[in-house]
Amino acid sequence: MTSFWSFWTSIIILGSIFGCLWLLYIVRKSEPHKEETDQTVGHEFDGIEELDNPMPSWWIIMFVASAIWGLAYALAYPTLGNYQGFLGWSSTGQWEDEVAQAEERYGPIFDQYAATPVTELAQDAEAMKVGQRLFANNCAVCHGSAGRGALGFPNLTDDDWLYGGDPETIRTTLLQGRNGNMPAKGLKPDMSNDDVNDLTHYLLSFSGRTDDQEAAKRGAEMYQTACAACHGADAKGMQAAGAPNLTDNIWLYGGSPAKIKQTLLYGRAGHMPAQEQALGEQKVHILTAYVLSLSQQ
Amino acid sequence: MSTEINQTTYNYRVVRQFAIMTVVWGIVGMAAGVFIAAQLVWPSLNFDTAWLSFGRIRPLHTNAVIFAFGGSALFATSLYVVQRTCQARLISDSLAAFVFWGWQVVIVAAAITLPMGYTSSKEYAELEWPIDILIAIVWISYAVLFFGTIMKRKSKHIYVANWFYGAFIITVAVLHIGNSLAIPVTMTKSYSIYAGTVDAMMQWWYGHNAVGFFLTAGFLGIMYYFVPKQAERPVYSYRLSIVHFWALISLYVWAGGHHLHYSALPDWAQSAGMVMSLILLAPSWGGMINGMMTLSGAWHKLRTDPILRFLVVSLSFYGMSTFEGPMMSIKTVNALSHNTDWTIGHVHSGALGWVAMVSIGAIYHLIPRLFGISAMYSTGMINVHFWLATAGTVLYIAAMWVNGIMQGLMWRAVNTDGTLTYSFVESLEASHNGYIVRLIGGAIFLAGMFVMALNVWLTVKQKNAKAIDTIAATA
Repeated sequence: MTSFWSFWTSIIILGSIFGCLWLLYIVRKSEPHKEETDQTVGHEFDGIEELDNPMPSWWIIMFVASAIWGLAYALAYPTLGNYQGFLGWSSTGQWEDEVAQAEERYGPIFDQYAATPVTELAQDAEAMKVGQRLFANNCAVCHGSAGRGALGFPNLTDDDWLYGGDPETIRTTLLQGRNGNMPAKGLKPDMSNDDVNDLTHYLLSFSGRTDDQEAAKRGAEMYQTACAACHGADAKGMQAAGAPNLTDNIWLYGGSPAKIKQTLLYGRAGHMPAQEQALGEQKVHILTAYVLSLSQQ
Repeated sequence: MSTEINQTTYNYRVVRQFAIMTVVWGIVGMAAGVFIAAQLVWPSLNFDTAWLSFGRIRPLHTNAVIFAFGGSALFATSLYVVQRTCQARLISDSLAAFVFWGWQVVIVAAAITLPMGYTSSKEYAELEWPIDILIAIVWISYAVLFFGTIMKRKSKHIYVANWFYGAFIITVAVLHIGNSLAIPVTMTKSYSIYAGTVDAMMQWWYGHNAVGFFLTAGFLGIMYYFVPKQAERPVYSYRLSIVHFWALISLYVWAGGHHLHYSALPDWAQSAGMVMSLILLAPSWGGMINGMMTLSGAWHKLRTDPILRFLVVSLSFYGMSTFEGPMMSIKTVNALSHNTDWTIGHVHSGALGWVAMVSIGAIYHLIPRLFGISAMYSTGMINVHFWLATAGTVLYIAAMWVNGIMQGLMWRAVNTDGTLTYSFVESLEASHNGYIVRLIGGAIFLAGMFVMALNVWLTVKQKNAKAIDTIAATA
């Protein structure tokens, strides 16, 4: 804040408080009655009169005390523009202190876990309790409290992995996040609706759900042009591209003909947020083990 | 008093219209509230239908109760009070009609567009830009109508109720226009001209002053006329009203920062919001003291007059929520209460206990006078309504206090390894019983509104058509 605005806001804050106190003072000083009275101030509005009673003393004391308290607070804490207050408090500082305290108290616990390999940690019941709580508060909102996923959010308890299920890949997914992108109509943006229909039949054929083998055959050809580059010639997916296996009847965005068509026509975008900044490496280490343990149950 | 004044008649037509619509919109808005409260108990009540979902009906509820119900009560009472205390007819009947119909169009437009999902996403300011412009036009017309009538007043002084109404009208205009400034993209979509933290600060400057000026200053205007009128007692202290009026309006505009504690808002603005909120306690209580003490010498009337009971209990809830608010603005308290149901409870102790009850009391006072009848059809029904409203409010806020404090404690509980003890969904499960009690409380309050509607209907049915249009200025 420039010194002008700092000065300006301070003047208004102090002016409001002192203005109220000044008004209180002059009205108090001019009170003609110090006790309760039947005297009115002489106005009458639609039959309503106003008594010239003094303001209650306890109320004045409360008012002045809160104003004094407010002024003292403004001296102690950052309230008046750029002035930081004599206590040196800031919300950032308070946060940093709390983080440091937590680090000191809980750091050793996590240090110990961090030194244990992921596969070993996944067998450690105590560590997995910590992992379960971390999962419940940071992951469950999308993946579900049991990790079984939801439409658009992968099931973590099966052994079907978009990007790979080995500990290091899971760790990378957690730390750096993932951005899945299925482009509308794959590599053939000029695909006709009939083509989309054929492709749908082809994809349904892997789970024996098509009633139109001819269409499925035509779809297979289109598949090689539009889809194979990412999902592989055998449609078994490609973890390097995060392209799902299309043959296992596990559907991230729904496996009904309508849902599959929707995916083909409009594409899909998945986003797994990166946790490196949010949770830090040590907690991600435990979560890696926890996610691993989910698929091993 | 000259005979000329005696022959002046007031424009009661617009007051009647707004008074009736207060009851109608009260039922609509509160029914929407009860419905979404039920959705929180049984989520399947959104019927997998977008326009019935909580996210769309909730802004409909808030807009309907604040601006349709509360707004109609404020229009009805302010246009009545300004005429009677200034002994002057509204400056223009056609402008008055425009304000009434314009406001109804705004409400209907809100009721259509919010369920359709059109929203600027600003809380209590969700309506999109074409409706915002209509609100601004209607509001400025209202200001012209009100202040034009003030200028025609017969007495030198302006009555205290009109100070509060005046501050409410001016500030709401500034807040609404300031916060709603946006760049339109299409007829149904716009983007705020503010970005990031500045947008948040503008939003809560508006949001908290919607509470401070719409729901507090405006309703203190109601209090300052209807309490002394119904109690037939002079206002306790003119001096107190001067000090608490100026202190209230000058400090309130700073309080919005307390909605953004521990956010990206600079520390000084958060602290200023908290300091001003705390100092605001005394000016807020000034209104309660003045209202309560006005009754001294008339306490016995509470035994027989349920309208006065509504007004007095509203002041008690006002005093309670204006104590609770400053406490919740303290950073350490806010760290517990923020985002919990405690906030919802606090808002409703103000909204049901104060705003709704003082409005209901005022409308019961108004209806017979507006329709040329001596009294409401049934005092017993007013009494029934009073107990339903009180019981409903108490159940509602108690449930939200318990839920809110429990949620705050559950969210911050940590294990010995520093991980959170409870996941969010566990705190949600634990809140379920509170949601049931809240639903019951809300439904009881709504039931009271139906009793009111019946009583008003039975009263209006026996109206004296001849008397209505010839009610003299000094009647």
